[in-house]
Amino acid sequence: MNHAIRNSWIAAVAMFALIFGALSYVQVVGADELQANAWNKRAILQNYCNDRGAIIVGGKPIAQSVAASESCKFQRTYTEPELYAGITGYFSKNYGVTGLESALNEQLAGSSDQLFLDRIGQLFLGNQPKGASVELTLDPELQKLAYDLIPDGQRGSIVVTNPKTGDILAMVSKPSYDPNLIATQDADAEAANFNELNKIPGINLNQNVSGPTGALLAPGSVFKLVDTAAALSSGKYNKDSELPNPAEMSFPGIEYKLPNYAGGNCYTQSTASFAFALQQSCNTPFAEIARDLGQKAIAAQAAKFGFGEDLGDQLKLDYAKKAFPEEELDAAGLAQSAIGQRDVRATPLQIALMTSAIANGGVQMRPNLIKTVRSPDLRIISEPKPEVLRTSTSPEISRQISEWMTSVVSQGIGRGAAVPGVQVAGKTGTAELGTDGLNNSWFTGFAPANDPQVSVTIVMQGVDITTGAQLTSPNAKKIFEAVLNK
Amino acid sequence: MTQIEATPKPRRNTELALLILALAVGIGANALVGVDQEKAFDQDFWFQSSLLAAAALVFHIVLRIRAKYADPVILPLVVALNGLGLAMIHRLDRVGEDTGNNQLRWTLVAMGVAIAVIWFLKDHRILRRFTYISLAVSALLLILPLVPGISAGEILGASVWIKIGPMTFQPGEVAKITLAIFFAGYLSSNRDLILLAGRKIGPLQFPRFKDMGPMITAWLVSIGVLIFQRDLGSSVLFFGLFIVMIYVATSRISWVIIGVGLLLGGGFIASRVFSHVGLRIDGWLNAFTDEVYGRQYGGSLQIVEGLFGMANGGLVGTGLGQGRPNLVPFANSDMIIASFGEELGLIGLFAIVMMYLLLFTRGFRAALGTRDAFGKLLACGLSFAIALQCFVVIGGVTRLIPLTGLTTPFLAAGGSSLLANWIIVGLLLMISHTARGPVDTTPMPHGAEPGEPGEQKPVPPSPARPAKQPARQPSSAHPDAPTEAVKQL
Repeated sequence: MNHAIRNSWIAAVAMFALIFGALSYVQVVGADELQANAWNKRAILQNYCNDRGAIIVGGKPIAQSVAASESCKFQRTYTEPELYAGITGYFSKNYGVTGLESALNEQLAGSSDQLFLDRIGQLFLGNQPKGASVELTLDPELQKLAYDLIPDGQRGSIVVTNPKTGDILAMVSKPSYDPNLIATQDADAEAANFNELNKIPGINLNQNVSGPTGALLAPGSVFKLVDTAAALSSGKYNKDSELPNPAEMSFPGIEYKLPNYAGGNCYTQSTASFAFALQQSCNTPFAEIARDLGQKAIAAQAAKFGFGEDLGDQLKLDYAKKAFPEEELDAAGLAQSAIGQRDVRATPLQIALMTSAIANGGVQMRPNLIKTVRSPDLRIISEPKPEVLRTSTSPEISRQISEWMTSVVSQGIGRGAAVPGVQVAGKTGTAELGTDGLNNSWFTGFAPANDPQVSVTIVMQGVDITTGAQLTSPNAKKIFEAVLNK
Repeated sequence: MTQIEATPKPRRNTELALLILALAVGIGANALVGVDQEKAFDQDFWFQSSLLAAAALVFHIVLRIRAKYADPVILPLVVALNGLGLAMIHRLDRVGEDTGNNQLRWTLVAMGVAIAVIWFLKDHRILRRFTYISLAVSALLLILPLVPGISAGEILGASVWIKIGPMTFQPGEVAKITLAIFFAGYLSSNRDLILLAGRKIGPLQFPRFKDMGPMITAWLVSIGVLIFQRDLGSSVLFFGLFIVMIYVATSRISWVIIGVGLLLGGGFIASRVFSHVGLRIDGWLNAFTDEVYGRQYGGSLQIVEGLFGMANGGLVGTGLGQGRPNLVPFANSDMIIASFGEELGLIGLFAIVMMYLLLFTRGFRAALGTRDAFGKLLACGLSFAIALQCFVVIGGVTRLIPLTGLTTPFLAAGGSSLLANWIIVGLLLMISHTARGPVDTTPMPHGAEPGEPGEQKPVPPSPARPAKQPARQPSSAHPDAPTEAVKQL
């Protein structure tokens, strides 16, 4: 028996030997790798009390470090916090760092290689280490306008970009929050505030799950632009094609029927041109296109518009992505997916990029938030240039789609977005959320149609049809006017 | 150092000296955590320190009276661990949180119960009478969390809690003790039966199917715990406990092979069938993938944050109160090892793990020294349970194995775990008291393991006894009679 007891002891010691090994690995051998991991907030927080560079919009700092107490010299503060929270993120002692504060940490903290000489200088002059400041592409007035266009208590996002450069001019979502609440040096207040904020649905304390870059929403009819591009590039369709437009589409072997919207004008014709189908946002023509072309063709075109693809690292914000479903869909599933329902999801930013590609002759530009990065002595360290992200479709096809989108605003259901004297191109979408009559209501479009200066994407979550109509197209009009009248 | 003790020495003064050292460690740590956080020498600190010291001294005095030959190292080790745990929990308390004092209250309760066990039980062999009662109690304890009315429902994905008034309690923690008592009782009575019958297959001697009954039962119990309470850690613990005890009872390696085989098989099937097991394994294997990291259930955020913390601590640690252990979820309970890793570094954690190693080693020594089969089995089982629990917890935190919900003995915040582990300490102290105390026969020289730390009496290496010759055991119905023939090693 004692022999067995000894063996058991040996087994226990062997387990402990494994533990010693595992601990040594984690804390010494693999420690550097863990320290360098992008999720690891501890490295950033090492410099919690240093003077970080400012984040600047329109010449004014929206995030900056101000002198604080003796024990912790600098405190991060945010001006117009709610307006920019989704962009700046927060810099918190106990909850880590998100948003641009995290993505641009190297520059803001002054630890990037480009600031090496500055650091040497600071060393000799005995100055406090100071980081570079970053100016954003955002337009403060536009940002404010967009933010105010989402009523308080309404969940929604607005993205305004320049389709030619990929610069983001405004990007807002509600509900928002005040990052100062979490950046405070008072640990208890910080904890209380964080828990309080976390309870509010839709608050994007974690940008990759909500807001313009992270909320994966059913795109509804705005996805029909993808079907249209797929149809035209397949060679099977051209601008004069007549599409079948049954009042409802049935599928072999199941009860379910896919209807056209009963309230619209779709039921007046049994066939439809592309122009009519887009103007009235009929469902069945696009479901028929998808049936005809097959799932792979739609998925491939969606990927070309960036669905499920990388947005490049210029954006500097975490973003979510989702591809058109890859697993085999049945006939009904494909039809529903073709009109942006079922499992199709996209972030507001993704839809904005899709529209921008159509506006920019089929070329999708890399989304960009950074105008300039300047060292503490105001030297320009970096200035991102516009970059092509991918080619989504041919110039001819994009011109054709633009033309139809213009008619959506001039004669179709996007009339609310019309701006006198300017050709506005647009597409609306209504994605049903279930059976309670609430939808995600979309508008995406650009203006002027022949020389696009601005692309606007608006989504309002969980609204009924009337509210959705009031909050999308008319709001887009206000943004177009604001930009074009500058 | 090498001498055969003619007369047993109580060594209570050694214990007192070590105890003062242990209190210095715990209280010193508690003082240090406050230095940077304006918690230094606050009311909580004095309250916690003085009460811990008082309780430890009372325990020591009780040992002087009731179990004066008890192992002098066990109590100081546990007091040091418990003190460190208190310090860390106090350090992690944010304003308005009172986990530290709550932990202290439970420590006092647990020590009180352990003292009561020592005081009233007098001799561990009495427990043998309760073999089948223990089984019934174990079953009851394990079923309790599923009983509507007292069940606290599912907390964090496992339903292992019961609610008594405002308190929650994990009966499974106590069940490991009652199960160990049942196993020890059953096996010490039925060893012959299990040993004598059997078939040889190749080099292995397999027991009869009839005798596999308790084995299968134990396996089913642990699988049952896994299914109904979603408690992966406990099922591994119960099963490991049973394997080691049946191995010690029979000295047959075949049991271990069957047992580990069943465990792996069960685990594999469970990972396929039960989503929560599959998620845990996925969270372990793919901890660093986006999807797994952010997942709400079975996500790896906890593990990864813990690893970051430990990596931040590095070799020497940030120092108590200087790190950011609060970035890790459950920093004061499930992940307390990561908190220590961050603030005390690899060196500190090695010291802590070393204390556990010494603790269970002392338990095994008590098992070697005591002369009744029941006591041997019980001490061995309880000691191994402590070791296995540490392995499962620390292995999980370091991503050596999937993370399962077990508590770190004596360190983690949680009353049930403290209570159960202090009772184990009480039992081990009692067994070591009979092991080291005087006997009417000639004292058996204790074998000491090479490399075993502490004061000891190594004997010349003994020829390994063939494992197939278990000690003969006259079936004595009288539980108090020493039943095992003393074997000279």
